[in-house]
Amino acid sequence: MKKKHWYQYLWIASSVYLILGFFNILFAWLGLLCFFIPLLIAIIGGNKAYCNRYCGRGQLFGLLGNQCGLSRKKSIPPFLRSKWFRYGFLIFFFIMFFNMLYVTYLVFAGASDLKQIVTLFWTIRLPWNWAYTVNVVPWAAQFAFGFYSVMLTSTLLGLITMVLFQPRSWCVYCPMGTMTQLICKVKNK
Amino acid sequence: MSVKRKKIAVVSQKECVACGNCVLYCPRSAIHIENGLYAVVEPKGCVGCGRCRAACPASVIQMEEVNSP
Repeated sequence: MKKKHWYQYLWIASSVYLILGFFNILFAWLGLLCFFIPLLIAIIGGNKAYCNRYCGRGQLFGLLGNQCGLSRKKSIPPFLRSKWFRYGFLIFFFIMFFNMLYVTYLVFAGASDLKQIVTLFWTIRLPWNWAYTVNVVPWAAQFAFGFYSVMLTSTLLGLITMVLFQPRSWCVYCPMGTMTQLICKVKNK
Repeated sequence: MSVKRKKIAVVSQKECVACGNCVLYCPRSAIHIENGLYAVVEPKGCVGCGRCRAACPASVIQMEEVNSP
């Protein structure tokens, strides 16, 4: 049996992150690590070591889909792995991400009030006021609500495709994976 | 003289998303991710078990018969 490395337990960190968001929304800030670490690895190292080794979310889907048997293990539809879908989803994700940053800016500038909601699938607005337990500057809280919405939505999308197709189907259209592969392409030209 | 044939995994490098899932499942450590771009199977190390094919989320790995050295 292969010896297990510390990074094979990062699925625990991903699970804890999602749970913490139910108790204190400010923990959502920690999710930025999942953005900056893969980017830095791709930019500096020119590889996808984050996806290949350290992605706790991918591990979680693998665990739930394989060990827990929650995946049908069917091939994903070809359109999901097509370039236009992967890059299209990356662009869509970017637009929604910058929209979230704009909303944070509006709160920072005093043009808008803090909204204690989590938005699922960019449309379903859920009240999440119970998780705002520590008062901080409103913009920091607004960013946390927005960022947690992004993280929860992407996890749910990953879970849905995990059940329907392969356990790690999310990895095929993950915006971070697409972006880091693009960086690697440019860097290794 | 008969030529020995064996099955090995072949990755469609154009479609590979370089997630590295196949690397985790290869019992012979015969796969690596090349510069974050695509998976590469070492033909000598591959025993044709097909675990990588089953684990590939993008379904871009096929088993092909080749002449065994």
